[in-house]
Amino acid sequence: MSASNSGRIRHPVVRYVLRRLLSLLPVLLGVTLLTYGLMYLSPQDPVEMMLQGQGTAPDPDVVAAMRSQLGLDRPFLVQYFNWLWNFVRGNMGTSYIDGASVAGKLLTALPNTLKLTATSVVVTVLLSVPLGILTAVKQGKLIDFIIRFLSFVGNSLPNFIVSLLLLYFFALKLGWFPILSTGSWVSLVLPTLALAIPMTGKYIRQVRAAVLEQLGKVYVDGAVSRGLKSRVVLFYYVLHNAMITIVTLMSMSIGSLLGGTAAVEMIFSLPGMGYMVTSAVTSRDYPTIQAFVVWMSVIYIVVNLLTDISYYYVDPRLSVGMGVE
Amino acid sequence: MNQTTRVKRRMFLYLAIFIVLCLFSLFSGSLAPHDAELVDLLAAKQPPGGAYLMGTDWLGRCIWSRILSGAYSSIFASLIIVGLSMLIGCTIGLVSGYAGGIVDEVIMRIVDIFLAFPGIVLSIAVAGMLGPGLKNGILALAATSWTQYARLIRSYVLSIRQENFVKAAILNGQSSISILLRHVLPNAIRPVVVTGTLHLSSAMLSISGLSFLGLSSSTAEWGSMLSEGRSLMQQCPWVVLYPALAIFLVTILFNLLGDSVRDVLDPKGKTKSINN
Repeated sequence: MSASNSGRIRHPVVRYVLRRLLSLLPVLLGVTLLTYGLMYLSPQDPVEMMLQGQGTAPDPDVVAAMRSQLGLDRPFLVQYFNWLWNFVRGNMGTSYIDGASVAGKLLTALPNTLKLTATSVVVTVLLSVPLGILTAVKQGKLIDFIIRFLSFVGNSLPNFIVSLLLLYFFALKLGWFPILSTGSWVSLVLPTLALAIPMTGKYIRQVRAAVLEQLGKVYVDGAVSRGLKSRVVLFYYVLHNAMITIVTLMSMSIGSLLGGTAAVEMIFSLPGMGYMVTSAVTSRDYPTIQAFVVWMSVIYIVVNLLTDISYYYVDPRLSVGMGVE
Repeated sequence: MNQTTRVKRRMFLYLAIFIVLCLFSLFSGSLAPHDAELVDLLAAKQPPGGAYLMGTDWLGRCIWSRILSGAYSSIFASLIIVGLSMLIGCTIGLVSGYAGGIVDEVIMRIVDIFLAFPGIVLSIAVAGMLGPGLKNGILALAATSWTQYARLIRSYVLSIRQENFVKAAILNGQSSISILLRHVLPNAIRPVVVTGTLHLSSAMLSISGLSFLGLSSSTAEWGSMLSEGRSLMQQCPWVVLYPALAIFLVTILFNLLGDSVRDVLDPKGKTKSINN
C-alpha cells in the first residue's frame, strides 16, 4: 500500500500509521545527519585512530592514502549520504579498534539489552501499577505514607547505586544470585531489579495521581450509587480510564532504558548495547557509536509510534486527536 | 492560608539548605583533612575511624577528603547543566514563539529531531564526540535537555503574545528584544523555574551516571569514585558506601527542593519533570 491510494485505505488506524511513517522520514534524516555530523566534527582524526589501533605510527603519506581510500577527503554531504546508503543496506562499517563488523557487534549485543529492557519494563509495571492504585485508594492512610516514602527514596537512587547494593547483599553476602551475568534468567534478576526499582519509585506517584484523578470523577460516584462493588469500580472503570497513563509510563520507561542500561550492564558484566557503547566511547570507536545512536533512536521512534497507535485501542476517545473519525 | 504558609516555609528551609550546601561545596575542598589525591600505599584500605573518618581506598587516599573535594564538581556540574539548558532552551523558545512563521517551524522541527533520541543516548553520542571529561559531560547533558525548556517557554510565549499588554508594547514602538525580556519572559518564568528545580536531581543523577561510566571522569567526582571502588566492594565496602551516600543525600535534597518549589509556584502540579 502506498500513500498515493490512501483514498482507498479504509481502516483509519492504517491511514494514521501511514501518515505518521511519512512524517518520520525527515526526523530520521535529521537524526542520522546529527549523529554523523557529531562524529564528523569530532577533533580526532579517524585515520590516525585506525592506524594507532593497529599499532602503527601515523605516517603522513599513509594517512593521506587511507583518507582518499575511505572517502574521507570528499565533501561532508557526499560522505554522509554514502554512509547513510551503506547503513540502510546493513553495512554499518567496521570498528576502528578491532576491525570487527559493527553490524555483527550490534547483533550479539542487542538481544541481551532487549531481554533486560523487557524484564525491567514488565517488573516496573507489575510493581508500580498495583502500588500506585493502593496508595490512591488508601490516600492519607499509613500504607500510603509508607509507599510514598519508599517511592521517594527509590526515585533518589540512581540505578548504579541500586545495582551495587543488590550486588553487595544478594550476590556477595548471601550468594543467592551470580555476581556476573551468564545470560541465564537467574542472572538477570539483579540487573532487572536494579533498573526496575528506581523507575518504580518514579512511576508510583504518577499512577497514584492518575487513579486519584479518576476517583474524583462523576462516573465513579454514579457507579458506586448504582451499587456496584468497589472492586468492580476500581478494576473495571477506574483502571480502564487510567490505562493511558500506564501505557505512557511503559513507553517512557523503554525510552529511558535505551542507553540507560549501560551502567547496570557494566556492573553485572552483561555484554549488551550499553556495555558496548561505553567501551566504544572510551576508545573513540566512532562507527560503533554511530550505529548505536541511530539504532537506539530508531527503536525509540518505533516504540513511540506503537504507543500512539495503542492509545487508539486503549482509549478510542483519543482517536479524535489522530485525525481518525 | 495555613497550608500555603507551611508549604512556603518548607520551600525556604530546603532553599536555605541548598544554598548552604552550594556555598559549602565551593570551598569544601580546602576543608579536607588530607590531600584528596595523595597516594599512601601504607595506609591503603583502612576502615573508617581513626585518622581517616571514612577510611581510605586501595591507594590510601582519604575518602572523606575525596568526597569533600568531589562535592564541587558533583554539585556544580548539576547546577551548570540546569543553567545552561535553561539559557539555551529559553533563548531558542522565546525566539521561536515570538518570531512565529517559518522560523518557528524550522526550530520546532529541529527540536523534534533532538526529541527523537532516547534519554541518555544523545548524551552518550555527544560525550563520544567530545571525549571523556567533566566539561564534556556537562555539555553532553545540556545538549539533550534544552529542548524541554524551549518547548515549555514557546507555548507560554504563544499565549502571552496575544495579550493586550504585548500588543500595546508593539504599538508603543518597543524593540522585539525589549518586549521579549520585559514583558514576555517575566510572565513565562514561573514554570521555567519549577522545571529547573525539578531538573536538578535528574541532572545530578545523569552527571554521576556519566562519570560512573567513565564518560565524564574528573579526579574526585562521586560517580567516578563509585566506579573505581566497585571492584573492591567485597573487601572494603566503605569505598563505595560513602560516595553512594553522598549522591543519594544530595539527590534527596534536590528532589525535596524541586517538589516544594513546584508546590509553591505551581500548586496544580502541571509542570512535568525532565528525564534524561
